[in-house]
Amino acid sequence: MAEEKIVSAIKFGILSPDEIRKMSAVQVTSPETYDEDGTPKSYSVMDPRLGAIEPGQVCPICGNTIKGCPGHFGHIELALPVINVLFVKHIYELLKATCSRCSRLKISPEAFERYRKYLFRLKERYPYLAKLFMEYIKRQAMKVTECPYCGAKQPKIKLEKPTTFYEQDPETGDRIRLNSRDVRKRLEMIPNEDLELIGYDPRDSRPEWMVFTVLPVPPTAIRPSILIETGIRSEDDITHKLVDIVRTNERLREHLSSGAPEIIIDDMWELLQYHVTTYLDNEVPGIPPAKHRSGRPLKTLAQRLRGKEGRFRGNLSGKRVDFSARTVISPDPYLSINEVGVPTDIAKILTIPEKVTDWNIDELRRYVLNGPSKWPGANYVVTPDGRRIDLRYVRDRKSVAESLAPGYVVERHLKDGDVVLFNRQPSLHRMSMMGHVVKVLPGRTFRLHLAVCPPYNADFDGDEMNLHVPQTEDARSEARLLLKVQSHILTPRYGGIIIGAIQDYISGAYFLTIKSMLLERDEVIKLLAAAGVVKEPPEPAILSPKKLWTGKQIVSMFLPQDFNYHGKANISSGHLKCDDINCFWDSYVVVKQGKLLMGVLDKKSIGAEQQDSLLYWLSKEYGVEVGALFMDKLFRMFLRVLELRGFTLKLDDVAIDEEGRRQIIQLQQEAFEKVRNLVEQYVRRELEVVPGRSLEESLEIRILEVLAEARDKAGEIAVARLNPFNNAFVMARTGARGNVLNLTQMAATLGQMTVRGERIWRGYMGRALPHFKQNDLGALARGFVVNSFYTGLSVTEMFMHAAGGREGLVDTAVRTSQSGYMQRRLVNALIDLYVDYDYTVRDSEGSIIQFIYGEDKADPIKAPHGRIVNIERVVEKVLGSSK
Amino acid sequence: MRGSRKKASLDLLSKVLEHELVPKHEILSIDEGVRILREYGIKPEQLPWLRASDPAAKAIGAKPGDIVRIVRRSPTGGEVTVYRYVVPG
Repeated sequence: MAEEKIVSAIKFGILSPDEIRKMSAVQVTSPETYDEDGTPKSYSVMDPRLGAIEPGQVCPICGNTIKGCPGHFGHIELALPVINVLFVKHIYELLKATCSRCSRLKISPEAFERYRKYLFRLKERYPYLAKLFMEYIKRQAMKVTECPYCGAKQPKIKLEKPTTFYEQDPETGDRIRLNSRDVRKRLEMIPNEDLELIGYDPRDSRPEWMVFTVLPVPPTAIRPSILIETGIRSEDDITHKLVDIVRTNERLREHLSSGAPEIIIDDMWELLQYHVTTYLDNEVPGIPPAKHRSGRPLKTLAQRLRGKEGRFRGNLSGKRVDFSARTVISPDPYLSINEVGVPTDIAKILTIPEKVTDWNIDELRRYVLNGPSKWPGANYVVTPDGRRIDLRYVRDRKSVAESLAPGYVVERHLKDGDVVLFNRQPSLHRMSMMGHVVKVLPGRTFRLHLAVCPPYNADFDGDEMNLHVPQTEDARSEARLLLKVQSHILTPRYGGIIIGAIQDYISGAYFLTIKSMLLERDEVIKLLAAAGVVKEPPEPAILSPKKLWTGKQIVSMFLPQDFNYHGKANISSGHLKCDDINCFWDSYVVVKQGKLLMGVLDKKSIGAEQQDSLLYWLSKEYGVEVGALFMDKLFRMFLRVLELRGFTLKLDDVAIDEEGRRQIIQLQQEAFEKVRNLVEQYVRRELEVVPGRSLEESLEIRILEVLAEARDKAGEIAVARLNPFNNAFVMARTGARGNVLNLTQMAATLGQMTVRGERIWRGYMGRALPHFKQNDLGALARGFVVNSFYTGLSVTEMFMHAAGGREGLVDTAVRTSQSGYMQRRLVNALIDLYVDYDYTVRDSEGSIIQFIYGEDKADPIKAPHGRIVNIERVVEKVLGSSK
Repeated sequence: MRGSRKKASLDLLSKVLEHELVPKHEILSIDEGVRILREYGIKPEQLPWLRASDPAAKAIGAKPGDIVRIVRRSPTGGEVTVYRYVVPG
């Protein structure tokens, strides 16, 4: 066996010409890659000595075939030195920090000695500070204008991007070009001790190595050529680039030996520099990228590593996995919130390895008999000696089933009750990936409960989601205990519930719990059946003339016996507002001893993303299992209430009568009159100026105020005229969907359209559209929409509305990309911080970042809204139960 | 010119600690410092750093290698105690 060694450190350096020659298997001189018969030419960039690449080929260097040959480097002897672009910054700094004549670091001998000793001590104790100090010394040296050693006046060094250096005389301003050979000569002369002072280790990074005299040629294995069906070979971009380099290099060499004029040599030299530069990085600013014949920029060395699809982010940090599935999602209210519906087609492909034991052998035999194409079956059987039997190709599955014995492993299909991870991108928080219990269903989509839409931020307009199957027993139990949806009802962001009722659930809850909801026995039974409960209803609220139950009684059947709660309902606003228990409008929720005594259930008490709600305290005090069960059962009942009653939104819901229409029009006319007055005042320059604003701005501000007020008042008139049990209005009041502003826009008027917070004015000279007079400052000309969606928009109004709408779309597009990048930076910075057992926050080295987590040790998931205890709740709990 | 500037800054330095936004700084004795390091199980460099050129560090005369205790008010935690390791700079 090979000797085992442990890596103690890794150090990066620069390859020296000697090292490059030493590791080289062949010196590349031939620009032609293949002979006429298609065999790779020796001394070319496809030389067989660079490693075996064809199956069956034996490597002439190591004697291995394609499987064993690691590939070997070659090298190109450059006719003239060429700067390595990736190091120009370092070269630039070194040239500036050293004397142009004697190449000493421009630090006086006394200071040099002092710095050296100080640096030595710093390196011992504070390696990080030493780095800063060396940077400081370098900056000092760069400022010096006269060499402290030889006294030479220092010219200014200029860098013309990317690789050309000039020397500029500070007095005359004359520029002299420094060619790569001069640069290299200067770097060679810098003494080792001077380099150490500014942070270079001369043993493995001498600065002259930043200028190539020898270029390594990577093995063919990293730049494979592709054979197209027609038999034509297509070479890798890097090979193309290497050929360019070899060709220019050989031509340059010829010119040199034949004594060509200097201009020609300089041109060739520059071309060689260009090829080497683009070979290393084809996206260097300042030069045109090297192009393929088709015009596509070449993908050279730096492009392979850099960016989202580069080696680091794309291949090393980015992992691809087996046992995963992806498809469109759709809703299924009959699932538990912990479940996910998986199509049978997917369940037949995803497998779980199950060990055969005496207790499950019969079941597993059945799966093996069913085989890979019948669910629930199995796809593979692994024998104790590690052989995998693929059941797709087994003709006699019966004998395989017979042969099962403890110690075998059956890779069986996914079945009901398995735990899987379910995920929707972008995975912005931990609730974006939760554990779900599998329920195999017919169909082709993943099904999920509607209450888990908020954490995933999912809807069903074509969203797709991913599913992953944990393969080990540990992973599965971890998923079951920690990752299930119910464990994420409380969000770690602020400790509130993120999973709760949405949309129809809220409407349903409202209709079930309003005072007028009286149910006969068979209706009660229907509702309980929908919830899946078999239980005798409590004593009816009304006994005569017939037995009737209130909706609140039914809801109470699902609350724990000792549960107390009180709080405002969402409908508690406007003239239905109630602040305490004395509430005529039923807009204050009171639960005592597990009985919903008054108030309607709506968004505030059972909705998702609500604070201090009924559902919150239920989950908090009785555990998330109770909360989950509450949602599973009761929510189904809420939907059944809507199904029995019927719930829809119709045009008439937002219709208002003639009288209302007239009032709104009059209101708008008054507002327009006010706007006209303001404009007149402005024209006469008598308008009161808002502090800090110009006259024009003041006018705009005043007009916007007047028109916004008109819109709000129109909305009030319209809403007051709507039937309180009209469905659109109910949804807005209970918080199920929409708000009063939406209703206003549907029923009364759309109001002022804005772009960047201003009235719309851009377009033609002095007007937004040719339908208006120039410089018309009136309401209509600047985007006030008089009509509602019910009455319909005029042509100009529609245009203004679209202009305002587009701004919203652009904003969201810009915001998501910016916040995404911000999040990436933040996550990369904080990724390995953790809270230790002593409540300190530490990094991966164990260094302290914060002495007490959050300075109060509070875990936001357990401390709601930053408070560690909620005294009111404790009082409520004690008093409520004694009454 | 230079002397007068230095004098003024010395004057200011002593006032740094009086400002209400500057929390209480104190240099720990060696024993105390060792006790703190042992409590957290770390080397001194693993504490957050405080530059010796920091005005508050200068005002209490902290030298590189010292450990400074800072007691400050915090909106979440009331009064919190943190430690800093003084480094050159």
